[in-house]
Order: sequence, then C-alpha cells, then structure tokens
Amino acid sequence: MAEQLSVFVDNKPGRLNALTGVLRDHRINIRAMTIANHRDYGVAKLLVSDPRLAQRALMEQGFAAALQSVLAIVIEDRPGGLHAALEILAERQINVLDAYGFVVAPGQRAAWCMEVDDPDEAERLLTTHGLQVLTARELYQL
Amino acid sequence: MLPSHINFGRHDEGGNPMSVPAWNPAVEFMEREALERLQLAQLRQTVTWALKTPFYRRRLAEAGLTRSEDIASLRDLRHLPYTTKDDLREAYPDGLLAVEPEQAVRLHTSSGTTGMPTVIYHTRRDLDAWTELVARCIVATGATAGDVFQNMTHYGLFTGGLGLHYGAERVGMLVIPVSSGNTSRQIQLLRDFRATVVHATPSYLLHLHTALAGAGVTTDQLHLRKAFIGAEPHSEQIRRKIETLFGIEAYNSYGLSEMNGPGVAFECLYKTGLHLWEDAYILEIIDPHTRQPLAEGETGEIVMTTLQRQATPLLRYRTRDLSHLVSGHCPCGRSHRRLARLKGRSDDMLIINGVNVFPSQIEDLLMKTPEVGSNYLIQLEKRGALDRLVVKTEIYAKLFTGDPQTLDALRERLSEALRSAILVKPVIELHEPGSLPVSEGKARRVLDLRPAF
Repeated sequence: MAEQLSVFVDNKPGRLNALTGVLRDHRINIRAMTIANHRDYGVAKLLVSDPRLAQRALMEQGFAAALQSVLAIVIEDRPGGLHAALEILAERQINVLDAYGFVVAPGQRAAWCMEVDDPDEAERLLTTHGLQVLTARELYQL
Repeated sequence: MLPSHINFGRHDEGGNPMSVPAWNPAVEFMEREALERLQLAQLRQTVTWALKTPFYRRRLAEAGLTRSEDIASLRDLRHLPYTTKDDLREAYPDGLLAVEPEQAVRLHTSSGTTGMPTVIYHTRRDLDAWTELVARCIVATGATAGDVFQNMTHYGLFTGGLGLHYGAERVGMLVIPVSSGNTSRQIQLLRDFRATVVHATPSYLLHLHTALAGAGVTTDQLHLRKAFIGAEPHSEQIRRKIETLFGIEAYNSYGLSEMNGPGVAFECLYKTGLHLWEDAYILEIIDPHTRQPLAEGETGEIVMTTLQRQATPLLRYRTRDLSHLVSGHCPCGRSHRRLARLKGRSDDMLIINGVNVFPSQIEDLLMKTPEVGSNYLIQLEKRGALDRLVVKTEIYAKLFTGDPQTLDALRERLSEALRSAILVKPVIELHEPGSLPVSEGKARRVLDLRPAF
C-alpha cells in the first residue's frame, strides 16, 4: 500500500506556507494534497515523492507529521470510472472514510486514494477485480 | 557550621538505619515547645525593631501597642495588624527601614505589575541569617559540598539568584553563577563542569529539555542529580515530568522577596510538603475574605511574620499565596511544619461566569493528558453578556497519528474533563507544537481579554 503524509497545521496565515517551504528546501515534490478544516487546526494530507524524508524534515522543524497507509488505485479517466471501483467496495459493505483523486493522463488514467475501514479486505477485493493497487513508488512514478 | 547526619532510630525499607542530612540540626529538630519559646522571644525583638519605623509606630499605636513587652504570648500575635503589599508600596522607599541607613548593606526592590515598587533592606546579619536558611534547604535535599551547582535563575534585584547563590557557597558547593536564559551556554556549562544540581523555574527546565534535544544532547550525557524548582506555582505532574525527563529528583522551593526570597520553605528528601523555618518566620493561614485564621489542613492565604530581619521587619504580612498546612509528622523528623504545594495566588483566582477557577486546576488536568504538550494558554473573552474560557494547548508531536478524528475526540474529552473539574465548559483549541509562548522566567499563562467594565 502507498503512504500518505498527514501534517497538523494551525489554522492561521503562514502555516501552510511554512509546511511547503520545508518540502521545497528538501527538494520534495507534491503529487496531491488535501486539507480538512477542524476550526482551530487543519490536517493536511499529502502524497509526496519521498514520504519518509518529508516526515523527518517536518518533525525536525517542529511539525507534528505522521505517515499513514493509504489505498491508491488507478482508475479510468472517463464517466463511470470511479463508480466501477466504488461499486466493488459498496457490495462488500466497506466504508470509505476519506478520499481524494487526481488525473494522471487526461482522458486515460486517474489515481484515487482513500482511507477505508477495512484496508486489507479492500485491497484484496480490488486486486481480484483487476484493479491496480499502488505502492508509494508506483504512485509517484505514474 | 558543618552539616550533620541525624539518626533518630529511623530505618529504611531494608531495615537499615537511615540518616537524615541536616545543616543546623539543633534548630531543625528542636522540640516544638522550645521552638515556640524562641518564636516568642524573637517576636518581641521584631516588634522592638518594627517600632523604630514610622510605618509601624503609627500602625501598632492604632492597635494599642507601644512596647514589645505588651506581647505576653504567641497568641497575642492575632492582635497585631496585618501588613499588605499596598502598605509596602506606600512606605516606599524608606518608611519601613528599621536601622540607620549605614547599617543596611543590601536592598532588593521589585517593580511589581502595578508600577509602584516595594523594597526590602538587609543588614549584614540579616543576609547571614538568610544564607543560613538557604543552606538548611539545600542540605535537606541531600545535596552536599561535593556537588556542582548551576544556578539558572536571574541574579540582581530578583532574589532567586543571589539567595541560592550564597546558600550554596556556604554549603561549600562549587557554584556556577550563570543566571537565567542563554540556553546554549547553559547546556555547554552543564556538560563542561558536570553540574549535579540546578536551580531554575519549572517552565525553564521544560524549555531546557526541549533545547537539549535540539542540540542533540541526551540527559545521559549530563551528570544531573537534583533540581531545585520554584518562583512559579506548578503542579505535582510538572514536577514528575521534570524528574522523568531528566532522570533526576526535583525539590520544590518556596519563597518571596518580602520574606527575603528563597529559603522560606523547602522540601526535604521525603517530599511530603515544604518545611517552613519557624524559627525565622511565624506562619498563619487565613481566609482571604474574612481574614480569620483557618484550622490546620484548610486552604487559605499564607501570612508570615519575620523573626530575624532587623532592617525590614514585617508583621503578619499577607503573601496572597494560597496553601494549607500538612498535618502529621514528616519521616525526616524535623519539627518545623510543612506547607502543601502552592495552590496559586489569591489574586490569580479567575472568576468565570461567577465561578471561582484557579489556573492550577486547568494545568493539573492538561499535565495528566499525554497527548498534549507542556505549554498552554488560558484566554478569557466576553461573548455578549457571558464569559468564554478558551484553553489553548499544543499537541504532542510524537503521539500524533495523522487522524483528525482522534484529535476531535481529544478536544471533546478535555472539554468534558475540565467542565467536571472547574464547572465551566471551556473551548479547547489544539495548536502546533512550539506555537504557544514559552517563558524563560515566570510563565504568563493567563490572558484576560474581557473589558474591565
């Protein structure tokens, strides 16, 4: 499974910029990013070129940063592409907790990343149905 | 005088005789009756000294007292008037000076938050007596002449630095008078001279520990054995945290500049409360509102009378510090009674929507919660007619899982726990590690943004 980086950021001007500054200084590229607002703070989730280096660099700068497993799959970039994948999970009552996606090749491929309540079973199901579950390296090399 | 080791037939857990280190055993283990006789004699002496000041001549005459012989017993103390911080301000600069100016050899003055300063003078004998009290405190913790003492509190008008400095020298320790701040130099000195004992505020020690990690120094590389912590109220959890982080023993120190400074009360090896040197001070605990004396064990304002200070004697000084007397005997065998850890200051008390809240209650709870760090800020705001309590705290980076649900649950859990502890439901804010202010001196942790009226 792929790894995503979760970073705690104060909900105030300049903090997100501090985070991206640390990544730039370590020549780490961001593939995808999402932020959830929780009033006084936010949690940023990022897919980056080197998650472990990114975590270490951020912790050294005083950030609270954690690595989490994330289920990343390749879907077709066409109407119904995401639906086909989610249908497999819905049939087995697997719940999606948090998710985001991005286009890899317009009209051809997109990546879909999600946290689910039963990641091992989800991975097995998706693989059985011919969907590609990505490692961190594969995800970044798309 | 050299410290002695006293054995009153006590035994340790293995059944071996235990000795209790003491600087001045004749006084520290004095029978209560003898101690009280000494107090009465010194109280009369102190009243004689006080009557030399314009302030007390007038104040004591109003209470019907013109000669020290009018005091027949210690019970007569309660007929004496209280002295307050405002009295000290009004008497500034020399209304409370009880000796000829040339007899005084030092003064300590504090500006205070309201701007009007106060001052305490010392004769050479006063300083000597103060130094003796500090030496007793140091030796009671088991520290010896063989220790290297790094004094991390401010030197100068603040009494913490010089007070411990002279006490430690008298004990014979090797003293490093580095004063406060300049953390990288502190670390350098700790390493170069293998300091075994430090004196600092609790918040500074927490800051120092973070700085050690930043400098790549582990506590194993240091030689620390003990810390004397004081100058700001702190919880038992903070003490334990300091002890665990550094792998040392931390001893609580209590003092205030009006009572010389440090050396008023200190924990001994047993840490069962702070022995207050009753040959040097008469201790009372009163209700801060009714001003009536309270029974042993009841929490109230500490009131003290100096017994040894000729240059600035103070009678029944209201410290505004809150504590209670610990009942029973300390296993060390000292006859001097013990104050419990300070609960806060009577003027620290916050009134939130009519409910009395002490910042220490909030700190206690935060310190019991491993997911949050050691810095916090209590902010009071007005929302319409109501007060709003916001408690800002930092998450502890190592326990961050990346899952925001866990953090939301933590926020809710803290809010509920505080509501049941202080009866006010706070808004909990979680912030990044290191984002809240760390004070290197006395930490300011309360921000009251409510308009005065």
